[in-house]
Amino acid sequence: MKPPPVKYARAGDVAEAVALLTEHGSDAKVLAGGQSLIPLMNFRLARPSVLIDINRAAGLDGIRVENGSLVIGAMARQRDVETSDVAAGAVPLLPQVLRHVGHVTNRNRGTVGGSLAHADPAAELPALVTGLGGELLVQGPGGSRLVAAEDYFLGTFTTAMEFDEVLTGVRLPRLPAGTGVAVEELARRHGDFAIVATMAAIHLAADGTVDLVRLAASGVASVPVRLHGAEAVLAGIAPTAEAIDAAAETVAGSIKPTGDVHAPADYRRDMAGLLVRRALRTAIQRTEVAA
Amino acid sequence: MSDDSQAVSVTINGHLYSGTCEPRLTLADFIRHECGLTGTHLGCEHGVCGACTIIVDGRSTRACLMLAVQADGSEITTVEGLANGAELNPLQEAFWNNHGLQCGFCTPGMLMCATEFLEGNPEPTADEVRECISGNLCRCTGYASIVASVLSAAEELRR
Repeated sequence: MKPPPVKYARAGDVAEAVALLTEHGSDAKVLAGGQSLIPLMNFRLARPSVLIDINRAAGLDGIRVENGSLVIGAMARQRDVETSDVAAGAVPLLPQVLRHVGHVTNRNRGTVGGSLAHADPAAELPALVTGLGGELLVQGPGGSRLVAAEDYFLGTFTTAMEFDEVLTGVRLPRLPAGTGVAVEELARRHGDFAIVATMAAIHLAADGTVDLVRLAASGVASVPVRLHGAEAVLAGIAPTAEAIDAAAETVAGSIKPTGDVHAPADYRRDMAGLLVRRALRTAIQRTEVAA
Repeated sequence: MSDDSQAVSVTINGHLYSGTCEPRLTLADFIRHECGLTGTHLGCEHGVCGACTIIVDGRSTRACLMLAVQADGSEITTVEGLANGAELNPLQEAFWNNHGLQCGFCTPGMLMCATEFLEGNPEPTADEVRECISGNLCRCTGYASIVASVLSAAEELRR
């Protein structure tokens, strides 16, 4: 269908976007890449009174390393992050995850910030940011604040942002050199929403024990989930096949999947365990211990 | 039209088109109804079928997921911009020769996606071509002939 009637305002910078949100109230919506919001409007599932377009807002598309973190501006296009050497060097999980986000044509326009503000629990980027312990940069009328990912995603399509706040970027801790990363996703077709997706980042110390492990899943609860229990099993020990199995067995207890037309809850729970096991195996194979 | 109407000027296939429209008008409908360029097809209108794919400022874009007002000032290429008059370009010629279309509804989107793809990857594998068109639905061909068309075009373009 076609979008419902809506007013349109273009923000030249973040301060202007915040002012417009304050002026128009909670029925206004920020328009980023439009790959989620416009379909929702076409389905008439979203009927914002005003669209506040931040596509031409200055200074939101950066991809840079700053104080040991990768900082990505909210309006950085997913395709630009996917093909960025800076992003791949700091967080090699990012390009792998982004290849599962829609198709190239969606990623050409879709933004990192848009996905994180939309907060679909099946989406890949929210899971990555949660799993890596990222922080969201949010700006409102009172200034800027930094929100930890696990405090930011509150529920399906719900974040800790107030109606008059704009997501301006995300900060991800840089993964140490030699970190092995892997993404495992179950979807009906490549580019579809994940039924379940898991991702792993593992770094080994010189003695072969795990000194960094990050695990996350999407499609398994109303929010993306960092799998702390599975991480705790592996931390400090050698990642043997038995250790991987023991870690994967904790997954079922740390997620709350719900069934829908795509897959029942039990199936999602089983698949989450299986895909964590696979992601761990692949990530461990890809680790490199510094000589 | 309401007071909210917005002025839009875009360059499509080298020609300047100017008009005013409601903010909710999608770029796809602007191109079809205001500019009269009906080669861009609308299938699903929610970004899944790929039929409305066009090239906006050098990058493939779903024209149903962008508002016309957002495109103000942009350079756009649609399927009408591929041929030189009656002369098909090598990609179109390859679709013609390899039965890359039957009903033709998905073809504009397939062509625009493949146009961007071949610019970035002149020597693709069949798997890469399949990934390129993975966001474009075709209900006629079974895709094999489309993959063959794109591979054949790549070969022709390398000569």
